[in-house]
Amino acid sequence: MAYMHIGKDFVPPDVAGKVTGRIKYAEDYTREGMVYARLLTSPLPHARVVSIDAAEALAMEGVFGILTADDVYPDGEDNSPGLKVLTNQPTLVGEPILALAAVDEKTAETAIATISVTFERLPFVMDPLDSLAEGGPDGYDGGNTFVFREGVASEKWSRDEVASFRAGNEPTAEPQQSWEYGDLAAAFAASAYTYEGGFTTAGYPHQSMEPRSAFAYWENGKCYLHGTSQSMTPVAAGMADIVGVPVEDFVFINEATGGGFGQRARPNSIPSMAIPAKLSQKINRPVMMRVTREEEFTIGGARQGFQGWIKCGFKQDGTMAALDMYIISDNGGKGGGGDASSAADCISILYQTEAVRFRGTSIASNTGHRGAQRGPGQNQIAPIISPILDKAAEELGIDRLEIRKLNAAQNGDVGGPRRTPLTSAYMPEALEMGAQQFGWEERKGRARQKNGSKVRGLGIGQGYHNAGRSGMDGIVRLMPDGRLAVHSGVGNLGTYSFASTSRAAAEVLQMPWERVDVIAGRSDRHLPMTSPQDGSNSIFTNTRTNYGAAQDLLAKMKEIVAADLGGEPADYEHGNERVYRSSDNSVGMTFAEIAQRGLELGGKYTGESEVPEDMDDFSKLSVSRLAGTALMGLFKDPAHNNNPPGFTVTFTEIELDTETGKYEILDMISIAECGTVVHPQGLANQLRGGAVWGIGLSGYERHLYDPQNGIPASTGYWQSKVPTLLDTPANIGTGWVDLPDPENPVGARGVGEPSMGAVSAALTAAISDALDGHIFNAAPVTADMIINHVAGISSEAIPLAQNNFRG
Amino acid sequence: MVATSHDVMPDIELYQPTDEANALALANTLGSAGWLLAGGQDTYGWLKDRNKTPSAMIELTQIDAWKGVKEIADGIEIGAVTTLTEIANNPLVQSRYGLLAKAASVVASPQIRNVGTLGGNLVQDARCWYYRRGLDCYRAGGNICYADSPEGLNREHALFGASRCVAVSPSDTAPALVALDATMVVSSEGGQRLIPAQDFFVGPARDIVNMTVLNEGEILTAVRIPSTWANAEFYFEKVADRNVWDFALVNVAAAIKVSGGSITDARIVCGAVECIPRRLEAVENAIRGQQRSEQLADQVAAIATDGARPLNYNHFKIPLMENLVKRAIRG
Repeated sequence: MAYMHIGKDFVPPDVAGKVTGRIKYAEDYTREGMVYARLLTSPLPHARVVSIDAAEALAMEGVFGILTADDVYPDGEDNSPGLKVLTNQPTLVGEPILALAAVDEKTAETAIATISVTFERLPFVMDPLDSLAEGGPDGYDGGNTFVFREGVASEKWSRDEVASFRAGNEPTAEPQQSWEYGDLAAAFAASAYTYEGGFTTAGYPHQSMEPRSAFAYWENGKCYLHGTSQSMTPVAAGMADIVGVPVEDFVFINEATGGGFGQRARPNSIPSMAIPAKLSQKINRPVMMRVTREEEFTIGGARQGFQGWIKCGFKQDGTMAALDMYIISDNGGKGGGGDASSAADCISILYQTEAVRFRGTSIASNTGHRGAQRGPGQNQIAPIISPILDKAAEELGIDRLEIRKLNAAQNGDVGGPRRTPLTSAYMPEALEMGAQQFGWEERKGRARQKNGSKVRGLGIGQGYHNAGRSGMDGIVRLMPDGRLAVHSGVGNLGTYSFASTSRAAAEVLQMPWERVDVIAGRSDRHLPMTSPQDGSNSIFTNTRTNYGAAQDLLAKMKEIVAADLGGEPADYEHGNERVYRSSDNSVGMTFAEIAQRGLELGGKYTGESEVPEDMDDFSKLSVSRLAGTALMGLFKDPAHNNNPPGFTVTFTEIELDTETGKYEILDMISIAECGTVVHPQGLANQLRGGAVWGIGLSGYERHLYDPQNGIPASTGYWQSKVPTLLDTPANIGTGWVDLPDPENPVGARGVGEPSMGAVSAALTAAISDALDGHIFNAAPVTADMIINHVAGISSEAIPLAQNNFRG
Repeated sequence: MVATSHDVMPDIELYQPTDEANALALANTLGSAGWLLAGGQDTYGWLKDRNKTPSAMIELTQIDAWKGVKEIADGIEIGAVTTLTEIANNPLVQSRYGLLAKAASVVASPQIRNVGTLGGNLVQDARCWYYRRGLDCYRAGGNICYADSPEGLNREHALFGASRCVAVSPSDTAPALVALDATMVVSSEGGQRLIPAQDFFVGPARDIVNMTVLNEGEILTAVRIPSTWANAEFYFEKVADRNVWDFALVNVAAAIKVSGGSITDARIVCGAVECIPRRLEAVENAIRGQQRSEQLADQVAAIATDGARPLNYNHFKIPLMENLVKRAIRG
């Protein structure tokens, strides 16, 4: 289909500000009388605050006050492991205990140094399996796990069971969570090759470039909070609740965000933004709270690490018949996640596994706060499953590309525990496109070729994430000058989806892009409620809402023209910013004329009546504040039931030096399968950005905590080993299948997350290939692990270690 | 208890001398209270974390006499405040002492090399994360080593020379300068000391607090490289986790003289395996007079790690060190 905007590159409205540095992040704002907050954080991994003596600090010149957990939670903190604004019950080193405001940061730091906090030390644990073992320490008060609707509980295995699990054997203990489909026993019986073993993946921090600094002030009873989130309206609504102010009296300002990474999607994962708001309320001054890199590490969240066991059966023809997986996922000291179940779901969908059983239990460790990070679960399992697939291919004598093609998801397929239909799927096409662009047939003969100490390795990886939601709201306005305003509740996390999804509305109205204003970035710009910008959903979700709102606007426009010029609305069509009679182009009105007429008519045309009943209250508030200002299109997206998948495929070739454990990525190509492409440049950037992250997952990134003190050892970019420019290929090829999805009006699905998983899977497979098919069963695979393997040294100081090396 | 992330430097008196005499006088007067500042890459982390709290800083970057590369009667002299980028790109260093040029070119990152100096790279403090974190370890005046313990996170720590501390020499240029038999020029108000590079660095058995022989009031002002090893056959390789920024897991610097395929003399030094650059004299002795070959490399590599005492997580350094020594001998 020929589109005016969809599938075309454009310049998003915030690009100039980012290139010139003029765009403002939370730390860039100032206000008269602004003071600075600093945090006193827990030095202990698990403790209880007994008393706080801040008398000396409060008496210091230039100090304005402190905020403690008692101020935030006058009725006491709940006993959930959710991240708190401030806490008297820290469960990880670095958790904020109190904030102090002073005339400048230096004074604040000096004052904090005088504060005496008395703690009661509590037992702590760094590795979930150490806590799971009978008699092991618990990460929470009263237990080591959190059961939904029941609270903190204790989960214990015998020490023999834990030792057996660490040794790579199937756990026998009852899991906290499980699901299955198909006849697992029969599927394994039908398998010609079965792989079984333990595995571990590292949980590691988000490390967004912009820390979660926040600035707040109060004016005329309203709270203004400059914060940093990857979402806009869902966070605005939720933060109002955390700050404790009615949503109509709360303004969330977030024009741009320096990285979301998953942990800034929802208010309960960034509650620290409430600190300057509450402190400002208490001392009646604007408060800036600049968060340090180390604080960002601590409260910024980390991916869940896995300690797992996997058994996977393949039929003689290569079909993945059975998957049985048991995962202990690391909940850290705060937070948690459903990563483990998503990992099994991912395999079920990517490889259309005939029978699957998932079992999982989440256990606390007194380490960094856990939550969703790009592809939570799907991307951890991607580097684990890919070498197993290669092993099966080798054992069964099948080409590595072919085994992936024959298991690949396609139209009509279902997946996951509920056997949910996919809205559409073209994974075989993506694999074929990648193979062609990469030259798989020509290159595969180079696999395992040696040149001195160097050896070539080839890898294919696949990534998946559920990539679309529904049921959200759309608001567009046609202004009296004929310009189109698209109100976007989407956060600006750097993907430009807040703007690219707006193009669906411009497409409906055939509106030149320079005549479109994307209204976003502040909740007082009256934005519609939408889904948080997580789960790769924005493109699917918000092209639906903007398309629908524009359709509503167009219908109203035709009604107005038909009423004024005669005939029925169906007699009219639109183009060149006019609505005109289909039979006579000269009979019509310009968009500006229609908008002005709409203002005269008022009522449903201007949002003063007939607002969709089922719109979210936040959206209704926005509509009420916009009512009467322009001709308005409103839309409540109906819910859909099927699963819109985002798929990517990556092919890579590496040269690994067996003497140093280092490798060079010689080539890498990633192909997206995400329906119709909305913004090619944005998609290419997603694929390349995901590649860097995937390289980090497979090769470098780590999350280290000292078992002796419970203190983190990988708090910054240096020690956490995020990949750098010189660790990634100079060129990463990109491409896309570009076939439309039937459940989106412009054919689009999301794709942000899987691009990382596919790269991670391909890279780990290539490392395994270069080492004659050795499977490390771990992510990352670091240089020392490769050296140890080549030298025949057991690299597992602690098998399945978590928050440690080899974790 | 160490947890609060300060990220704010306290007030510090800043001195910016523009000539040698003033700098040396300040160093003498201020003693341990006067923190020497050049590129700042071993400074700001300490100060912003408030784990070191000097009352004054003496900035050395305005003293032109301590910058640049010049020819001297026997070799070259490099001012200690010369940046690593300048050294890596200097034609004299590149043409005669390519070993040092290569070592300087792989330190940290391009940005750090643009401001980081040779002197700073040589005298930087231990990078053991426990120590940097401000814990009360032996090196910090306490009575424990957190890294050399049953649960210590010690993947990057020492194979050799443990003595209450298992931190390693973090420098890339130090092994190169030991291999080149360089001399450190150490100045103070009292005069000048010339110290062989090999003797400049000290391990924890001799000094648990300092990693060099520099005394209070002394400043490393230059490095002299004799002509002895100019234009020898050089090999430098650094293996680090990432290709930028990281300190070496192991590095090797070798200067080898070859005549008719036979090794007439050699100096081979490894970094990141001991608190000081570890000269491999047994390997040097084993290859002197031998034909340079892959076979020779394979035969002698194990000598390099003789006496290694691996910790929980650094066993890999043994084969890595042997492999790098092999590569150095193979050339």
